Amino acid sequence: MQILDRRLNPSGRSLPNRQRFLRRAKALVQEAVRDASAKRDIRSADEGGEVSIPLHGIREPSFHLGSGGIRDHVLPGNKEYSEGDEIQRPPSGQGGGGSEGSPDGSGEDTFRFVLTREEFLTLFLDDLELPDLAKRRLVDGADPAWNRAGYSVAGSPANLSIQRTMRNSLSRRIALKRPKPEEVEALEAEIAALEGDPAHAEKVLALRAELERQLLRSRRIPYIDPIDVRYRRFEPVPRPVAQAVMFCLMDVSGSMTEDMKDLAKRFYTLLFIFLQRRYKHVELVFIRHTHEASEVDEETFFHSRETGGTLVSTALEEMQKVVADRYPPNEWNIYAAQASDGDNAAGDSQKTARLLVDTILPACQYYAYIEVGREGEHGIPGFPRGPTDLWRTYEALVNAGAPLAMKKVRHRREIFPVFRELFAKRGVTEGASA
Amino acid sequence: MNAPVDAGRLVWDGAEWDFGTLMRMHDACAEIAGEEMGLDWYPNRIEVISAEQMLDAYASTGLPLFYRHWSFGKHFAQHEAMYRRGLRGLAYEIVINSDPCVSYVMEENTATMQALVIAHAAFGHNHFFKNNQLFKQWTDAKGILDYLEFAKGYIQSCEERYGEMAVERVLDSAHALMNYGVHRHRRTAPNLLTEQKREQERREHDEKMFNVLWSTLPEKAAAPAGQGEEERRRALLQLPQENILYFLEKSAPRLQPWQREVLRIVRNVAQYFLPQRQTKVMNEGCATYTHHRILTRLHDQGRITDGAYLEMLHSHSSVIMQPEFDDQRYSGINPYALGFAMMQDIERICREPTEEDRAWFPDFAGSGEAMPVLRHAWAEFRDESFILQFLSPHLIRKLRMFHLVDNASEPVLKVEAVHDERGYRRVRRALARSYDPAWSDPDIQVVDVDLSGDRKLILEHAVSEGRLLDEQEARQVLRHLASLWSYDVLLREVDPVSRASLREHAVSPPR
Repeated sequence: MQILDRRLNPSGRSLPNRQRFLRRAKALVQEAVRDASAKRDIRSADEGGEVSIPLHGIREPSFHLGSGGIRDHVLPGNKEYSEGDEIQRPPSGQGGGGSEGSPDGSGEDTFRFVLTREEFLTLFLDDLELPDLAKRRLVDGADPAWNRAGYSVAGSPANLSIQRTMRNSLSRRIALKRPKPEEVEALEAEIAALEGDPAHAEKVLALRAELERQLLRSRRIPYIDPIDVRYRRFEPVPRPVAQAVMFCLMDVSGSMTEDMKDLAKRFYTLLFIFLQRRYKHVELVFIRHTHEASEVDEETFFHSRETGGTLVSTALEEMQKVVADRYPPNEWNIYAAQASDGDNAAGDSQKTARLLVDTILPACQYYAYIEVGREGEHGIPGFPRGPTDLWRTYEALVNAGAPLAMKKVRHRREIFPVFRELFAKRGVTEGASA
Repeated sequence: MNAPVDAGRLVWDGAEWDFGTLMRMHDACAEIAGEEMGLDWYPNRIEVISAEQMLDAYASTGLPLFYRHWSFGKHFAQHEAMYRRGLRGLAYEIVINSDPCVSYVMEENTATMQALVIAHAAFGHNHFFKNNQLFKQWTDAKGILDYLEFAKGYIQSCEERYGEMAVERVLDSAHALMNYGVHRHRRTAPNLLTEQKREQERREHDEKMFNVLWSTLPEKAAAPAGQGEEERRRALLQLPQENILYFLEKSAPRLQPWQREVLRIVRNVAQYFLPQRQTKVMNEGCATYTHHRILTRLHDQGRITDGAYLEMLHSHSSVIMQPEFDDQRYSGINPYALGFAMMQDIERICREPTEEDRAWFPDFAGSGEAMPVLRHAWAEFRDESFILQFLSPHLIRKLRMFHLVDNASEPVLKVEAVHDERGYRRVRRALARSYDPAWSDPDIQVVDVDLSGDRKLILEHAVSEGRLLDEQEARQVLRHLASLWSYDVLLREVDPVSRASLREHAVSPPR
């Protein structure tokens, strides 16, 4: 008889199996994750939790008998039947017989299990990739950090390491027996004391010769030699720009309904989750505009109403100002997402385009334009609604090669596909188009 | 009749326990199991594990070291989700048919539960494993742990060498055919210790191996195959063959040696589980009877408190709960309930037989002590034959069993027999038959290979009572089979009497 305590054995023995399972069921789980996040409040979309996937996709098949033929059942709990009784067949599936079930005992046709937050998000954002990562990779950001890396024999005077230099100097002086100033002084004092005393004339002569030799030695052996000098050495280490700022620009003029704002909000939230995955620190800036723009907090951004005309350029100007004030592009990854119903004052297009191309786009990692519309707006066959003013403006920019992403969204369920499309792996799309 | 509780003799008191308590429980149980019940068990090893580890063990079919496969991850996720939602509790124990016999007990159990588990698993199941003929003949308790270790390592090394996906494909296919990876009729007990050596020899041997399929190909393919030729081929390929995995391992033309070895591992594991599937009722009945008897005796002797005894009875009665057929909770006959009821019934027949019992069971009715009869039954029977021998009219009446026939070609279900004089034997026969794998599992065998043509593998399902295979799943399994065989596969569902083909499934291997 032996008793073993296995509780301290490393846990998570089933982890490799779980990973294999998730890999196997990846397509299904991803689908389920998308469904789940569509149903949930999108703010908690990244919390993980239970998902269910159709059982048939991960079935382990085996030979077993189907329905039909003659079957025998022996059942307990007879109350009223006697031999030869005939019983109406219970409706298929569950019923009084209760004896027909799937062979593994579970009659469910979906498979439910729990995903951790990490797994959920990984699947959620799996096939997305930051745009232009190649240009400004997280790792080799444009602004390297300088880390101390030992000493060097060359460098700028500002980096002179006095301590290390003096240490080298001292050891060299000791090794080469350079006389110390005290020793020279002591000799001179002795000479001074004995001078004039004829009894010591011979000794003074010797001392003078000695002093002469010592002085010569200290002249020949410098106190600090160029070979002693050491500089603190620094090595450039690529520093990831670990912070990002996300600008939410939105037209809040009267033509934007609550539904449209909700659509825009969902897009922003998705972008926010996405950025949070990639950067240590993500800041949000909300800029709303009518015919004039202002930076506001989130609550005001989404919920308060404004009246006025529509001048998109004002928002861009405001953004430019905020960037210049607080978010220098070499320290911050700048993302911007603009949502609008597409209206813009006729005379503003030119200015908007110029602002975008000249200042905003060069500073941004990514600029997305989402045009929100009412559901069913595009649904009249034969009467296609022409592109809006803003759409036309931006389209011209895109055609001219500006790095600008633009999409139309009319229903909540379209948000994710659009988002995916906007952020689809660059390599894949390039490969496809090439 | 109960001895007064004597604090000094108590094996345990309260819910707390430590390893000393476990040790005392084991010794107290051993005393009763040995002296009073005459049980004979493998040395015990009790391992204390946490709930998470219990879930782990669940997922890999209860075996402690199993190779890696996604399906175990799937089962784990499923159990975990159900456990978290509170839909299902965890088993209190898992016991492994090995020598020494390993029982896992959960740390969350109370002292009483630990005693119950020890009596149940470490003595009841343990005795059954060691003495039942099926286990003796079909499993190698000494070798299983080492073999699993080897299998795990082997599969892992295959993954490293050939890639996870390649190994997974073979395992998927092998798992689909797992139920057809057993020899149902065999003569020698397996020896898993030699398996590892076999694998090494196989590689060397394989290069020189005479492969029937290739050898028959070039010249003879042209010659018309006569009757004698066909006989010879079938003999060479050992056809018909019920062990499909064995057949593939030996004869599939395009498998790599390591793939054959993987098939063999799956096959050996399936073989190891074969007796468990055939003795569910008896095994649980034996263990349940044992724990009930041991703890009752301990209580009689005043060595456990009334509280502990009541706690034991509470979980005992929920384990042997049998809902009636029209109950929402009914999901088939509970093997614990039926097994325990039959054991108790045998005890009753030995002690206080009625006239009816004397007529039905003249061999042992009124023999007094039940243990010799039970020990004999536990050693020599499996579920099907046990029920056929020992299910008494008394118990059929008590459980109010009836036999219902569902003929798909008729609009109504028919009550064939009930618990009366005319029905006892028929109910008993029908119940026994439902525990016979030969009856409940479809009978599928490899019957031929078209060697002179396109090497099509031909299987036959001997259809009984018009019960055909589930078509969709059958095709999926056949796809797996075809990928192992590498050529077309045909499954005929044949009426065994008229030899008429009822349905055919043809599947080509994936390109």
